[in-house]
Amino acid sequence: MLTVTMTVNGQKVAKDVDPRTLLVQFLREQLNLTGTHVGCDTSQCGACVVLVDGKSMKACTMLAAQADGCEVTTIEGLAKNGELHPMQAAFKEHHGLQCGFCTPGMIISAVDLLQQNPDPSEHEIREWLEGNICRCTGYHNIVKAIQHAAQDMRS
Amino acid sequence: MPDSGIGAAVKRREDFRFITGRGRYVDDINRPGQLYASFVRAPIAHANVRGIDTAEAEKAPGVVAVFTGEDLEADGVGSLPCGWVVTDKHGEPHKAPPHWPLVRGKVRYVGDHVAVVIAETLAQARDAAELVEVDYEDLDPVVDLAQAGEGAQLHDEAPGNLCYDWELGDKAAVDAAFEQAAHVTKLDLVNNRLIPNAMEPRAAIGEYDVGSDSYTIYSTSQNPHLLRLILCAFVLNLPEHKVRVVAPDVGGGFGSKIYAYAEETVCTWASKKLNGKPVKWTAERSESFLSDAHGRDHVTHAELAMDAEGKFLALKVDTKANLGAYLSSFATAVPTYLYATLLAGQYATPAVHCNVRGYFTSTAPVDAYRGAGRPEATYVIERIVEVAARDMKMDPAELRRKNFIQPDQFPYQTPVALVYDIGDYEPTLDKALEMIGYRDFAQRRAESEARGKLRGIGFSAYIEACGIAPSAVVGSLGAGVGLWESAQVRFNPTGSVSVFTGAHSHGQGHETTFAQLVSEKLGVPYEQIDIVHGDTGQIPMGMGTYGSRSLAVGGSAIVKACDKIVEKGKKIAAHLMEASVDDIEFDGGQFKVAGTDKAKGIGEIAFTAYVPHNYPEGVEPGLDETAFYDPLNFTYPAGVHIAEVEVDPDTGETKIVDWVAVDDFGKVLNPMIVEGQVHGGIAQGVGQALLESAVYDDSGQLVTGSYMDYTMPRADDFCEFRVGMTVSECTHNPLGVKGCGEAGAIAAPAALMNAITDALGAEIDMPATREKVWRHAQAKLKAAAE
Ligand code: FES
Ligand code: FES
Repeated sequence: MLTVTMTVNGQKVAKDVDPRTLLVQFLREQLNLTGTHVGCDTSQCGACVVLVDGKSMKACTMLAAQADGCEVTTIEGLAKNGELHPMQAAFKEHHGLQCGFCTPGMIISAVDLLQQNPDPSEHEIREWLEGNICRCTGYHNIVKAIQHAAQDMRS
Repeated sequence: MPDSGIGAAVKRREDFRFITGRGRYVDDINRPGQLYASFVRAPIAHANVRGIDTAEAEKAPGVVAVFTGEDLEADGVGSLPCGWVVTDKHGEPHKAPPHWPLVRGKVRYVGDHVAVVIAETLAQARDAAELVEVDYEDLDPVVDLAQAGEGAQLHDEAPGNLCYDWELGDKAAVDAAFEQAAHVTKLDLVNNRLIPNAMEPRAAIGEYDVGSDSYTIYSTSQNPHLLRLILCAFVLNLPEHKVRVVAPDVGGGFGSKIYAYAEETVCTWASKKLNGKPVKWTAERSESFLSDAHGRDHVTHAELAMDAEGKFLALKVDTKANLGAYLSSFATAVPTYLYATLLAGQYATPAVHCNVRGYFTSTAPVDAYRGAGRPEATYVIERIVEVAARDMKMDPAELRRKNFIQPDQFPYQTPVALVYDIGDYEPTLDKALEMIGYRDFAQRRAESEARGKLRGIGFSAYIEACGIAPSAVVGSLGAGVGLWESAQVRFNPTGSVSVFTGAHSHGQGHETTFAQLVSEKLGVPYEQIDIVHGDTGQIPMGMGTYGSRSLAVGGSAIVKACDKIVEKGKKIAAHLMEASVDDIEFDGGQFKVAGTDKAKGIGEIAFTAYVPHNYPEGVEPGLDETAFYDPLNFTYPAGVHIAEVEVDPDTGETKIVDWVAVDDFGKVLNPMIVEGQVHGGIAQGVGQALLESAVYDDSGQLVTGSYMDYTMPRADDFCEFRVGMTVSECTHNPLGVKGCGEAGAIAAPAALMNAITDALGAEIDMPATREKVWRHAQAKLKAAAE
């Protein structure tokens, strides 16, 4: 057993974990933050994306121990003071989700895109989403949602 | 435009929980004291199991039990049934070998379920599963569908691995028509095997309660009542009233979550064995690849006979269909009644004949995947029509137009059993041609060529049979169940409404659209209506969601229940306003006495029904009605998709440069959701045509067993889709709706392959991988240079 300490959605947590515990397992099973999903076992689907020290990371590709001392933001921590993050609002407004399973990872990943590139072209958005698979939407409305969120966040 | 009733693009109310991470999927649920199951799966495709040694695994840390097929057999656990009996051309029922939840004596595909290890933690269960020793005696696998009849025999019950040899249509009429033909176009096609890949992997928790002798099963199911029926009546022999199946938020299904699988069966059975400890299993993605039911997998030869002007005279189709190692829940129906019955397409072809041979192979079971049989039919028709146009040097749009069923021919009896109630195909084609700018295509092609690119355009005029299905019809064809739907509409005393539906939403947005529907019918504000689905403990009955049926069948049941509410409300209103029931009119939530200004709101009527102090004699208190709706016919959504592509001959890359979809879904409740369904369907169809293919090697190993080898469509594989609609309302359901869930997946593969083969000037099979495209593009350039 190993003690890991991190700040998750603004709250400090310290837990004993089996050293092979993945960050995604830690979040889901130990902290009961089940909004972060597991869609694959080869680090390809992006359902598990969270922000680690502000950068989007696949939580299935990282040990909990590697996030020791880090700031982690999951989908549950994105809305502030009861207000949806503009990216969350845009996904709803533009029907960027159907079954919702890929959605937390998509939203977090898109948040990071706009941090790095506040005004991405459609092409840049589509390329950025290479690591996020959605089986339901055909990506059409996800791209639209991100374009609108970018606009909202710039204005 | 109303802001929340029928026709409004209401934003989805289910979204809030998903965008904030508060969805509740099966794997998010944990039960006190739960144990974890890990399955030992066959590593080889076909073998006798000489022995299973579980001793080491049983001793491993945390392990509670290890079970094999023998344990299930000793407890009388039955076989997973196939719910549709197909009668072959000799009048014999299909061959139905048993499908044991854990194998008995033989494994038949890689991933087959050999044993289960149950432990206190998931890691312990997985570690111990590695310790189960299985003694296999290798047998020859049967992998190649085309050769399946000659290979080793998989089941004693099925000589030549043949499940059925089945036909539909008038062969003599077809043969006679071919004799008259001025031209015959022939085509060989492969409809590639697909792996559904809903993003949420399958999962189950089985929980037995000793005190009440009852079960709760949490399952990623598209149809919880059907799963309960199958498990109770066929597999586990449980009393149905003692079993509750909950299918909470489900992360996509596309067919793969219709079926009763080994895993939920075993978890449920094991929970009782282990004195009520809940047993949980969640698939790893690699398990999903191996053991979710796959889709498609046909090899087909088709011939189309035409007169000299291009009028279709007859179509004949010969198909081999891969059913996999065992028959999944509806496997037999997909390549027969959901396929051959659609081979008339949108055309007035007078004679059609189809022969289908369904084979067992040592691969994962194959069953319905988005579209189920209908994409395969559209692919055959729309590819051969396109090739025929090329053969005849006719414009492909005009050849289609020439052969369309005309508006005055409806209801139209096809030569392959179905009766289309309504359709209007020409305006749909015209709209699509207009949207894509067909007149200027030659110019765009020339521009592409100037840049060294090959441009192609492809059409797909699809039809589907949805709103599945009239029970008596499917019953006469061998279905083991009825395919009605139920709804319960319950007013609460304060005037809000709870609606219980047997349809199940796993991305379709029923909580929004069904509330829109009830709001419109009862005049109750949208916000005061709640939709409950996915729980056999709450919903009277249900057949679930697949076959684009939720609104056409489930929505119609809701309409019927609302009608009953209004009927009863009229009696109460008449009493309160001292009028005759016949004089009461209902409109916009108000019961009015005709010709007066007397009125009572439906909320007051509901309150009166629950506080019946001043109440009509002989009327029961309460305002709560249940209705079942059994459709009179299938519905027939149809449309035209046009794809435009640009092929780079240097890299073999196919770029989709434009996509137009014009669909006739009848009346549309929520256009935003309908368009979303179209987008998603197109993406899956494009995936099939361009990227996806399940490949087994000669030894029966699944080569494409992860996202590294099985190419899922990504955002940058697409352009924007342009969606248009035409409307001819369904004539036989109260809403005039037809269904929209599968259209995109049905239409898209043919449109895209027609575009790519147009660009290449050569025939290729799906998927049009870069390598294939590059070879043919190079050959075309070379030929042009010579
Ligand atoms: S779970 Fe698929 S990338 Fe992390
Ligand atoms: S919304 Fe279902 S996978 Fe993206």
